[in-house]
Amino acid sequence: MSILVFAEHDNSELKADTLKTVAAAQAIGGDIHLLVAGHNCQAVAEAASKVNGVSKVLVADNAAYEHQLAENVSLLVTELAADYNHIMATALTTGKNFMPRVAALLDVTQISDIIAVESSDTFVRPIYAGNAIATVQSLDSKKVITVRSTGFDAVATDGNAEIIAVDKVTDAGISSYVSEQLSVSERPELGAASVIISGGRGMQNGENFKLLDGIADKLGAAIGASRAAVDAGFVPNDMQVGQTGKIVAPDLYIAVGISGAIQHLAGMKDSKVIVAINKDAEAPIFQVADYGLVADLFNALPELESKL
Amino acid sequence: MKVLVPIKRVIDYNVKVRVKADNSNVDLANVKMAINPFCEIAVEEAVRLKEAGIATEVIAVSIGNKSCQEQLRTALALGADRAIQIETDESLDSINIAKLLQKIVEEEQPQLVILGKQSIDSDNNQTGQMLAALTGMAQGTFASAVSIDGDKVNVTREVDSGLQTLALTLPAIVTTDLRLNEPRYASLPNIMKAKRKPLVVKAAADFGIDLTPRTNLIKVTPPAERKAGIIVESIDELVEKLKNEAKVIS
Ligand SMILES: Cc1cc2nc3c(=O)[nH]c(=O)nc-3n(C[C@H](O)[C@H](O)[C@@H](O)COP(=O)(O)OP(=O)(O)OC[C@H]3O[C@@H](n4cnc5c(N)ncnc54)[C@H](O)[C@@H]3O)c2cc1C
Ligand SMILES: Cc1cc2nc3c(=O)[nH]c(=O)nc-3n(C[C@H](O)[C@H](O)[C@H](O)COP(=O)(O)OP(=O)(O)OC[C@H]3O[C@@H](n4cnc5c(N)ncnc54)[C@H](O)[C@@H]3O)c2cc1C
Repeated sequence: MSILVFAEHDNSELKADTLKTVAAAQAIGGDIHLLVAGHNCQAVAEAASKVNGVSKVLVADNAAYEHQLAENVSLLVTELAADYNHIMATALTTGKNFMPRVAALLDVTQISDIIAVESSDTFVRPIYAGNAIATVQSLDSKKVITVRSTGFDAVATDGNAEIIAVDKVTDAGISSYVSEQLSVSERPELGAASVIISGGRGMQNGENFKLLDGIADKLGAAIGASRAAVDAGFVPNDMQVGQTGKIVAPDLYIAVGISGAIQHLAGMKDSKVIVAINKDAEAPIFQVADYGLVADLFNALPELESKL
Repeated sequence: MKVLVPIKRVIDYNVKVRVKADNSNVDLANVKMAINPFCEIAVEEAVRLKEAGIATEVIAVSIGNKSCQEQLRTALALGADRAIQIETDESLDSINIAKLLQKIVEEEQPQLVILGKQSIDSDNNQTGQMLAALTGMAQGTFASAVSIDGDKVNVTREVDSGLQTLALTLPAIVTTDLRLNEPRYASLPNIMKAKRKPLVVKAAADFGIDLTPRTNLIKVTPPAERKAGIIVESIDELVEKLKNEAKVIS
């Protein structure tokens, strides 16, 4: 059996989530190859060759893949798919974007967002905002799978895979990149952070999110938010944690001024330790919190920062 | 141009679902159902394009049993012009949903198809992308802004690192994210008017597509419950617990 795993990267850095997706591939078992599709992405290929459990790294380095447009990448992956039983990607926005296209081109359905592997054709995935866990068997000959990183532990990176150039160029010619607005931050990414502090509507405005900065600095934490805080324009969309935002499971998650709607819980309730700071003792967030503090956040945050 | 909006009937987002005692599935008996919130955003976007004089007709389509006519009527009340129900009693896999939608695209020849990015029940986030592949169209997923520009559509997408804008050749597929718009409420007169708008029913079996299941649902179980925690009285106590009991800070 052989498995193709799509490497998540930004042309310069291999994302740590890929190490977890490779772990999912190992749980299925078989010869694992990584695909690096991008432009000027040799550094990523080098990093990919170190990922344990991977025997080959296929590198498709071409301008057509620079922005990983779904139309182009899905054609490439579909052509390569002939040699594989399983095609896997991390369930982040890139994988979520192009993988279902691959599935449709191969005439199979996709098994999305798996958190565990039961066997080579049977997988476990959360549904209904994580309020139910489904075990689903794929009846298709090829399996197209996206993997939720929080379900798997990263493999090590002391491997030595062979790097092979792929010179196929698949440019569908129907979409093009115009621009991007990236959030720049010195902090760890939400998906990679071991501590996250998130603010909700209770923060009242974007300026007040600065109250989280000092604490995040002291804890080496990433900063997240609820949908309400994003919708209100306090912070950008890429900070949204939840069912329809980012799914995280850090060692410590601190929810500040967040009520604990099921859609928010879906994105963080697998965190190891949850702390909630909310002035409403009845807020549902306290039902999932290991440590709850009923307090006004405008008093609690400065005090917490000073005592860390 | 015509805009096609596929919509799904799902559990209301306020309801916390329960798993059936026999672990065969979730229990949807007597549960409040609604139009998938992302589909509602899709309808709103299509109706705004019509109000802006860009779209000429908005067609809503749903695949499901007779009860999804309720959500089609909601779409009509929000401003869609007509509706199509593809009748089936089966819970079809996304690829088969996409194949049925492909047939409607072939019949109706829309310039734009707007879907939700994800349905809040099965949380798959895949049908729009599959439809795009089957029809050979470009896709703008997780859209927070859509603007038609001649024979192209510019789509701003919510991605992990921020926002990305793409230009797609029409006809194209868009899937909606939360920030695309804020859907209106249907007014009573519009709800009344919706009852008289055309709604055509077609049988899924009549499309000549092999709808054999591609997945087998083995079981559905409740998630692991978190143990109830404690309320701390002060920041000092909180910091002490995090250091010495949970050992997550030093
Ligand atoms: C427990 C369980 C597990 C399942 N697991 C899988 C699985 O692993 N793989 C799989 O392929 N299928 C699976 N299914 C079936 C599938 O989820 C849905 O039944 C089917 O409706 C496809 O839509 P979706 O929810 O996947 O759509 P998504 O891709 O999440 O929805 C995106 C958009 O597609 C459109 N759309 C979706 N369904 C319809 C519809 N019926 N009519 C009109 N428009 C629609 C809407 O615009 C919606 O916003 C599962 C079903 C159940 C009950
Ligand atoms: C389709 C759909 C998808 C969604 N996806 C997501 C998602 O991915 N992520 C997500 O987060 N939500 C999501 N939501 C929204 C979700 O339902 C809730 O509306 C949202 O999570 C609420 O955010 P909040 O807790 O910040 O705001 P609120 O519910 O308004 O809670 C604010 C809290 O702050 C507390 N507070 C106020 N002032 C203070 C103070 N001074 N000190 C201390 N506490 C204070 C209040 O007591 C309250 O509990 C989704 C909803 C839908 C319909």
